[in-house]
Amino acid sequence: MANFESGLYYSESHEYVRVEGEFGYIGISDYAQHALGNVVYVDMPEVDDEVTAGEEFGAVESVKAASDLIAPVSGTVVEINEALEDEPELLNKDAFGNWIIKVQLSDPSELDNLMDVEAYKKHCE
Amino acid sequence: MEQNTNSQIQTTPRPAREGQGGGSVGRRLYGNLIFELSKKGRKGYSLPQDYDRSHSTSELPEALRRKEAARLPECDELTVVRHYTNLSHNNFGVNDGFYPLGSCTMKYNPVINEEIAAMKAFAGLHPLQPAETCQGALEVYYNLQQSLAELAGLSEFTLNPCAGAHGELTGLMVIRAYHEAAPHSAPEGATDVKSADSKTTEAPSGAVGGASSRTKVLIPDSAHGTNPASAAVCGLEVVEVKSLADGTVDVDHLRQLLDEMGDQVAAMMMTNPNTLGIFEPHVLEITEMVHKAGGLMYYDGANLNALLGECRPGDMGFDVMHINLHKTFSTPHGGGGPGSGPVGVRKGLEQFLPYPRVKMEAPLSSPEGDTAPAFSIDWGKEAPSGAVGGAGTSSVGSFFGNYGVMLKAYAYILSLGRENVKMVGPLATLNANYIKERLRDDYLLPIEGLCKHECVFDGLVDKSTGVTTMDVAKRLLDYGYHAPTIYFPLLFHESLMIEPTENESKETIDAFIDVMHKIAAEAKSDPELVKSAPHNTPIGRVDDVLAAKQPVTTYWKSIEA
Repeated sequence: MANFESGLYYSESHEYVRVEGEFGYIGISDYAQHALGNVVYVDMPEVDDEVTAGEEFGAVESVKAASDLIAPVSGTVVEINEALEDEPELLNKDAFGNWIIKVQLSDPSELDNLMDVEAYKKHCE
Repeated sequence: MEQNTNSQIQTTPRPAREGQGGGSVGRRLYGNLIFELSKKGRKGYSLPQDYDRSHSTSELPEALRRKEAARLPECDELTVVRHYTNLSHNNFGVNDGFYPLGSCTMKYNPVINEEIAAMKAFAGLHPLQPAETCQGALEVYYNLQQSLAELAGLSEFTLNPCAGAHGELTGLMVIRAYHEAAPHSAPEGATDVKSADSKTTEAPSGAVGGASSRTKVLIPDSAHGTNPASAAVCGLEVVEVKSLADGTVDVDHLRQLLDEMGDQVAAMMMTNPNTLGIFEPHVLEITEMVHKAGGLMYYDGANLNALLGECRPGDMGFDVMHINLHKTFSTPHGGGGPGSGPVGVRKGLEQFLPYPRVKMEAPLSSPEGDTAPAFSIDWGKEAPSGAVGGAGTSSVGSFFGNYGVMLKAYAYILSLGRENVKMVGPLATLNANYIKERLRDDYLLPIEGLCKHECVFDGLVDKSTGVTTMDVAKRLLDYGYHAPTIYFPLLFHESLMIEPTENESKETIDAFIDVMHKIAAEAKSDPELVKSAPHNTPIGRVDDVLAAKQPVTTYWKSIEA
């Protein structure tokens, strides 16, 4: 079953943020990749795009469905995980090891609206 | 030397086993590609020696000329005929067996529909024929417009759109045209609009034909995927309305959205019963709330079968809707067409419908029987500029739409008649609820209570052996059934959506239920058998990931082989 990693911030729509200084690495949880099934395509924004908390910034397409990616925090995209362009299945192999975008956080206080791992575990039950 | 045959499918014929769904009893399984039957130099034609070849490709510009011969298969006529006949035996349709594909209403297509549509008097018509030479055909067209309006509780229908999604787009274009033409009076029946905040009924700046500030379409998160797609194609912005745990619209969330952005809402799209097969208990409250905010209500007619003859979208407060004739009105789904998606509107919105429309000029025949009605074609040449497509060119499809499909739908309506049309919804509902109650011991029922025309399970109750909804669906093929809809709606991870329609006998449904129980038992006793299914089909388990990432759509075999 799904793995949960502590020390991350989680959203209700199953994205996570790993915070390192002023940057946040955004990806989808292991629970999410499990529910989606085999991922075949990841639609990502471009570097310098702005993402807004609660709004769509891309999509993950699996053999079952296409699901929007909802930004858990706001900020500017400084890097995208280009490896996912050729190997979207990396999300299935290791969801926490393969972030999707790296953003410069514009409002770190937004992190307070997200869940810690214990709250997220309950959310997934 | 074989360079590349389609590596992700297995084409080895497998031994036939007896199916129970009526699907594969005694069926030969055929898996050849026509390229594999090719023999160099073999022809299926012969041309006379003196055949005039003067129109050869030398007349074409150099850049358009092929540099090397096309690698076409070379076969004799008999081989080609046998190949396609054998392939056709691999098809599975409603005429082959039970086809419980949720959300698609795969009902039986009565033979009489085909006979009517094939009549020379209809099949030989030309779309530009003068109206006085095809009065009977126009009468059918007119009567279908009227019948659909009556069944939907709306004022007028256009039969022009060629499919459900095309109907959705047309309906949203009507809604956009309505808002852009503001100021206007509200459609009749949507009276609460008049009492709404003055801000919402005033014309947006720019007046007639101008851009409207109403650009948002509210769509429940359980909606059919076509709803947000149609809204986006129409240039409108999708705003998601949340569902409650029971899958119905969260009215509080809707209220919150209307408070935040009510004056920007063009419409709300809904299907009722929703995609979980549940009748929306607050539909009247919802339509009233949206009308008060100045928006229109769009009814996605995909699930109309559940209500047919029982209750009407117009009476629930919907202003615009489409009907899938290939679902609710028994015309074939075909391989992606031809379909038909007529769009109906409430009184006050007729002027925004596309053309052509057929009008009746004279009253119906007098008691003496000597006054024949006259039917005329309104091509919209004098259409108001606000009509969809604009004056003179206000059509969304070619000519009249798919007329043959309309004939079949009209034949179906007349075959049932006013009394029997009322049986469709209740019988479809009874069948779905019977399946739901009999399968809930083995399949997880996430939502209690009555469903309408379809029921949704969330996979097996016992998931301990790792057998998924996908595996169950594949295993059903082995027993000669078409699979139900799977992994939709997205509200559950293992959705399995069964829609039996009103046509099936208790014996057919019981046999299906028995097989579903058998598969659940297999999932416990021999999970690998289910996980590796199907075993009885010409093509085994397809590698979905490889097929999605690297689809091989051509066959190539080197010439020198």
